[in-house]
Amino acid sequence: MGDTVGIVIVSHSRDIAKGTADMVRQMVGSEVKVAFCGGNPDGGLGTSVPSIIDAINDAWSAKGVAILVDLGGAETNSEMAVEMLEPVRRDLVVVCNAPIVEGAVMAATEAAGGSSLAQVRAVAEELSAD
Amino acid sequence: MSLQPETFKSLVKVAAEQVIASAPELTSLDQAIGDGDHGTNMKRGFEAVLGKLDAISAQPLDEALKMIGKTLVMTVGGASGPLYGSFFLAAGEALSHDKHLPDDLADVFGSGVNAVSARGRSQVGEKTMLDVLVPVLETLKSAAGQPDLIERVRATAAEAAERTVPMQATKGRASFLGARSVGHVDPGARSSCVLVQAVCARLEEK
Repeated sequence: MGDTVGIVIVSHSRDIAKGTADMVRQMVGSEVKVAFCGGNPDGGLGTSVPSIIDAINDAWSAKGVAILVDLGGAETNSEMAVEMLEPVRRDLVVVCNAPIVEGAVMAATEAAGGSSLAQVRAVAEELSAD
Repeated sequence: MSLQPETFKSLVKVAAEQVIASAPELTSLDQAIGDGDHGTNMKRGFEAVLGKLDAISAQPLDEALKMIGKTLVMTVGGASGPLYGSFFLAAGEALSHDKHLPDDLADVFGSGVNAVSARGRSQVGEKTMLDVLVPVLETLKSAAGQPDLIERVRATAAEAAERTVPMQATKGRASFLGARSVGHVDPGARSSCVLVQAVCARLEEK
């Protein structure tokens, strides 16, 4: 089977990020690369740009990476992290507008079938549609 | 006012120290209408800036501003990291492209303000740091070259932060509160005011 889109989970809480990644692995299996991060640079609640960059690189796939976030700061920091990637990688990473747990499971399920980054994102973002 | 490296270093130092000293106030404002981490986040970011102050001020001004921006992005740990970080990154970028201080101060500051607006997908009037930064930019333009520029910028920042009290937040965490966000100074507006006023106070001493 070819490469699949990687999934990154970014929560303010490392426990939520890890728990979400655990659910994805149990429900979708291990063929999709899943990385997670949570907590500010001191380990308290928050998000950290360097940790997000590391997670994107851990989940890297030639097909791209879809990021699922919880609240505002996670989204802003994820967008910043994407801009700080090497230029060749930037266009292959998207931040999905989707609920973090359901979005991660749906995105990973779609990714496991070999779908493109745009398809993975669309499936996750359907959850936010009216 | 000309911007010598030693002056720049002292401005960064005093701005960072003032933000760090304001951390408890910023946190209590953020506990009222946000998630209560603005003070600790800004403190962590500006402590990192202070830790690199010698390296930062050894750079040409454009690179120095970008280094401050990148440090804030990498260390703040909340949305204010990319927001303030983008301000300094864009201001530094403007200086890399034919803009000079002090002549182009309003343009350089304006580049920073635009970057904050783009990063936060926010406009003035939404109870954010832009509600201080945009009025300050307007004063920098309208009072450019006037002898009382610094005093007017300082007054603008203070008045603008107070004007966020009756605003209802429509961006950021405070927007979750809806009408309950009314009645408090916005923490981001307050931290912007602290930074602007610290720089003004130091320049007035010169």
